[in-house]
Order: sequence, then C-alpha cells, then structure tokens
Amino acid sequence: MNQLKNFTKGFLRENPILVLVLGTCPTLATTTSSLNGMGMGIATTFVLVGSNVVISLLANYIPDKVRIPAFIVVIASFVTIVDLVMQAYVPDLYKTLGIFIPLIVVNCIVLGRAEAFASKNTVLSSLIDGLGMGLGYTLALGILGAFREIVGSGSIFGHKFFAGDGILVFVLAPGAFWGLGYLIALANKIKKD
Amino acid sequence: MAKTESTFRNMALSLTLIALVSSALLGFVNEFTREPIALSNLNKKLNAIRQVVPEFTNNPNDEMYMLPTGEGDSLEIYPAKKDDVIVGYAVNTYTSRGFSGNISLMAGFKADGTIINISVLEHKETPGLGTKMTEPGFKDQFNDKNPSEFELKVKKDGGPVDAITAATISSRAFCDAVQRAYNTLQKGGIK
Repeated sequence: MNQLKNFTKGFLRENPILVLVLGTCPTLATTTSSLNGMGMGIATTFVLVGSNVVISLLANYIPDKVRIPAFIVVIASFVTIVDLVMQAYVPDLYKTLGIFIPLIVVNCIVLGRAEAFASKNTVLSSLIDGLGMGLGYTLALGILGAFREIVGSGSIFGHKFFAGDGILVFVLAPGAFWGLGYLIALANKIKKD
Repeated sequence: MAKTESTFRNMALSLTLIALVSSALLGFVNEFTREPIALSNLNKKLNAIRQVVPEFTNNPNDEMYMLPTGEGDSLEIYPAKKDDVIVGYAVNTYTSRGFSGNISLMAGFKADGTIINISVLEHKETPGLGTKMTEPGFKDQFNDKNPSEFELKVKKDGGPVDAITAATISSRAFCDAVQRAYNTLQKGGIK
C-alpha cells in the first residue's frame, strides 16, 4: 500500500472519530478545552504507535486463539507507561484527564487498529498507520476541544479573548454531543466534495 | 514465516512470555518515575499550603498531624512555622455536600482561628457555576474573618456569606468544609 495514503487516511478518509466513530466516550468527556483534547489525543497516539509496532512484530508468534488477551496485555503496558510518565512530568494535565488515561486500554481505536491492521501488516505500515490514526484522533479532539472552549468559555488554549462566560452548555455534556454532531456533518460534507 | 498454531503449549508459552516482558518493562518504568511522581505530589501540596498561610521556613509536610473531626474521621493539619514560631495552620478539609461529589479544600487559619486564605484542591462542580468558588470573588470574602463571629452560612440561610449566583449548593458545601476545618482545629486544641 502507498505509505503516504496509509498515513493520511487517519485525518479524514478513515478518521477514527469522524468517520469510524470509535472511542467516542473519551472524546465527549475530555474535550472541554483544546489543550485537554489534544493532550488526550497525544497520549492515545503514543499508545497506538507503540501497540501497533509491537503487535505487528509479534503477530506471527501469537496463536490466534489467544490473540485478544495478548494484544490487551501489550496495550495495557503502553497505557501504564503513559500513565506513569504523565503523572511524573505533566501532573496538571494528568489531573484533568484523570480516569480517561487508564481507560485508553479499552479504547476501541487502539484494539481496533491492532486487530484490523497491525496483526496483518508489516511493522513499517503499522507504525505509519498508528501515527496517522493517532494524529487524526488528536486533530478531531483538538478541533472539538477548541470549538467547545471558544464558544463555552470564550478562550482558546487557556487564553481568554472576551470577558464573561460564553455559552456555558458547550462546556457541559450536551455541548459535547452537539459539537461532535456538527463536526461529523462537516467532515461528511468535505468528504463528499 | 508460518503462523504459530493454537496448541495449548503455544498459547500458554506466548501469553507467559508477553506477560513477563511487559511486567519487567513496567517495573523499570515505575522505578524510573517513582521519584518525580512523589516530588510533584509533594510540590502540589506545599504550593497549596503556601497559598493559604504566611511565609514559613519549616517543612509543614514533615510536621503534619491528624486531628479527629468528631464525625468519625480525621483531617490533616499542617503547622506552618517561621523560625520555630507558629504563623498559621493549613487544614486539608473536605465536604461531601458538593453539587457533584466531594470537594477538598486547603484552609489556612491563624492561631486564634481567623481564616487567612482558602484554596480549592479538588472538586467536580458544574463548570461556570460551582467552579466560581475557586475564584477570588467568592473565596476571598472569608479572608481575615473569624468563624466565631462570622457565621459560615449563606445569606439564604441567614448568614453573612454571599453565595455564588445559581450555585447555592456549592456555596453551602464550601462553608461546610471550612466550618469542619475550624471546628476540628478548635476542638483539637491549637498546639
């Protein structure tokens, strides 16, 4: 497969959130601001790249019947590494993302890519796939987070640009659904054109 | 290369090997991050203490002691000393009456029980409403007040505290937590 196409498919054509609609739970919960969304996206990207590479390396040695537990152990190890490292070096972001970091283990995107792509492709393709998918995820989370932050709190990347409160509901759960809905609609529109 | 077959021996072997390698790796990462994590937790705590009491020269974390609240649990008291003289007490207090979940505060008191400053450590209140309790507009009205004469009740309940608009429950919870800290410190006898 063309590696460039393999890399860019995660951004729009097969974007994990906007097209595959995988991993929506952390998407809705962590995008209260652009920084939170992107932090979550980058953490997931790291796990995706790591697990994709290791799983594509091991795929031939893992008997089919135990592949899921084996994949989960690999993924959980990477998540724990991210968890510990974030706790040590970015405690503030770690505090805001909280439970959603350990929950990357059960994020459908990670296991989905392991099962659907990494276990059947070469190490290089899997690495590029993980990177593309992860960055696509980060992009979607960043845009959704930025939208909710701008409309909901009147700030961007934590910098306030107008006084007052903004439309509060966009920081709350319903705003997450609306924002995601608009974003998916927009992605569909762009894809069709 | 041919795919490894799903025999019992292969399955047990591959799972064991993967588990072994991952646990070894995690042990290594844990070893590596343990100190920075402990350090960042300590710094977070010391920063919170620094915000609520005057300048100190001791390490309040090392001199921390527990005082019973009288409700079946205890609060952490951090004495702040400057050149061995007590300048204030930071009390890690909580309330379970928040609008959503517990609220944890660090409240600083002078020896006579006057509130110096309060900082919110953790909360899950509604963004934009209850979260205003972390802002000076609300929490600074408690500064330099002594709960013995400044009743910790919102105006709706007949007290002097200006509640946050549309977040009376959060405001009440905040008062509850401060009251708990004050009571505990008074009852425990200030050392």
